[in-house]
Amino acid sequence: MKKIAEYALPFLLALLLLALWEAIVHIRQIRPYILPAPSAIAWALYANWGSLSAAMASTLLITLKGFLGALLTAILLAILFSQSRLAEKALYPYAVVLQVTPVVAIAPLILIWVGFERIDMALALIAGIIAFFPILASAVQGLKSADFNLLDLARLYGATRWQTLRRIQLPAALPGLLTGMKTGAVIALIGEVTAEFAAGSGTATGLAWRIAEAGNRLEIATLFAAVALLALTGVLLFVLLSLLEWALLRRWHESAISREF
Amino acid sequence: MLLSATHLAKRFPNGVAALDDLSFSLTTGDFVSLLGPSGCGKSTALRLIAGLLAPDRGNVTYENGKPDIGFVFQEPTLMPWGDALANARLPLDLKKMPRAEADVAARAALARVGLAGFETAMPRELSGGMKMRVSIARALAAKPKILLLDEPFAALDEITRASLNEDLLRLWREHRERSKQKNESLTILFVTHSVAESCYLSERVLVLSPRPGRLTADIALPKQAERAPGFRLSPQFLDCQRAVSQALERAA
Repeated sequence: MKKIAEYALPFLLALLLLALWEAIVHIRQIRPYILPAPSAIAWALYANWGSLSAAMASTLLITLKGFLGALLTAILLAILFSQSRLAEKALYPYAVVLQVTPVVAIAPLILIWVGFERIDMALALIAGIIAFFPILASAVQGLKSADFNLLDLARLYGATRWQTLRRIQLPAALPGLLTGMKTGAVIALIGEVTAEFAAGSGTATGLAWRIAEAGNRLEIATLFAAVALLALTGVLLFVLLSLLEWALLRRWHESAISREF
Repeated sequence: MLLSATHLAKRFPNGVAALDDLSFSLTTGDFVSLLGPSGCGKSTALRLIAGLLAPDRGNVTYENGKPDIGFVFQEPTLMPWGDALANARLPLDLKKMPRAEADVAARAALARVGLAGFETAMPRELSGGMKMRVSIARALAAKPKILLLDEPFAALDEITRASLNEDLLRLWREHRERSKQKNESLTILFVTHSVAESCYLSERVLVLSPRPGRLTADIALPKQAERAPGFRLSPQFLDCQRAVSQALERAA
């Protein structure tokens, strides 16, 4: 009973706020191009569902591509760093520079280099660049956090580098890596949206483009609907990775275990 | 003679001299304690013998080449992501033993430390004493000739510690019994800072001086076979402790 109440609470609160919003818009007769009522937004969502859902699918797909690319690159690079201090010393500063450079600043360059005819790849690349660093940082940190005594045991039994990596370092890195992945996935979405805005007129087909377009046409209800779907996309990514985290860690890691006593 | 350590010295990069000229030897089947105050280089000595550290001076030589060594740390040092069986099996996995065979050996090792039935328990589900048992099972799984233990029971409560002491002695005796037929003897080098523990477990106590550690006494205690039941409460036990305590005081 208490559990149901806990889950229902956020929804009840949302309903209450939406009702309040609806009431204020009607009572004060706020014009729809300033602030549309929730019912108008819902109608816009329904009326434009075909184009909006396609835009959402496009945004989600490009974000996932960028994220998975970043994940693969970051893990491989982190493994390289864990095997060679020289490689870490040489390459890590570049990863930092890549991260601290605002992605908006390099987005136009990447769009030009990759080309507007391959816009999806350019967007995925920008999303990937921004997602890359948190994943790399957490993977590097995680690979270093393996218990020294376990590493000593591996040496004692003559383990190869690969065995040590697979049996001890990678599992030890998993909790940190998953946290980095959650952060990475959510900011990959931010990167994708930023990139779509940077790409501008008519080439991109995602939600950010729909937002810009609706804004220009003063279709504020459609704009709100697109924003809502964008938020939903972000939540979807987060929930997906939280489920993955739970599945991988639930048997052993404190973060995924609920205390029973 | 199973192994000889001669003139071992080790200084760490931060300038701390952990060991200065430590020499001793172990005979096959010995149960020897290495006793000394905190920070006297006991752990360093153990790591040098295991080959996990290289000495600055001196060397460790083995009679018939370096045998398989089991190592038990002060902490259980289990892999939190693996169950008891996976943890006990680690050395065998690393040696690329086929899975089925390794499972049988790891199960047997767990049973020997009294953990039959706990194969699928995760480390977080086990008590401190049980985790230490898994750690010992892991060290035994690969059938080592030498078992090195680095203050393994120091963090445990008195009752758990006593029961683990009994089990360790039992394991060592079992090996001794079997070694009469097969060559399965187990030599144990046990690092501790507890006088009582060293006297209760071992037949020989090596006393180290405070840092940098050097050997100050090599005390032979009554053989386990010659000890009467109830040794822990006997005057003989007190005598042992007195002798070792006095050596420890002289060392300081």
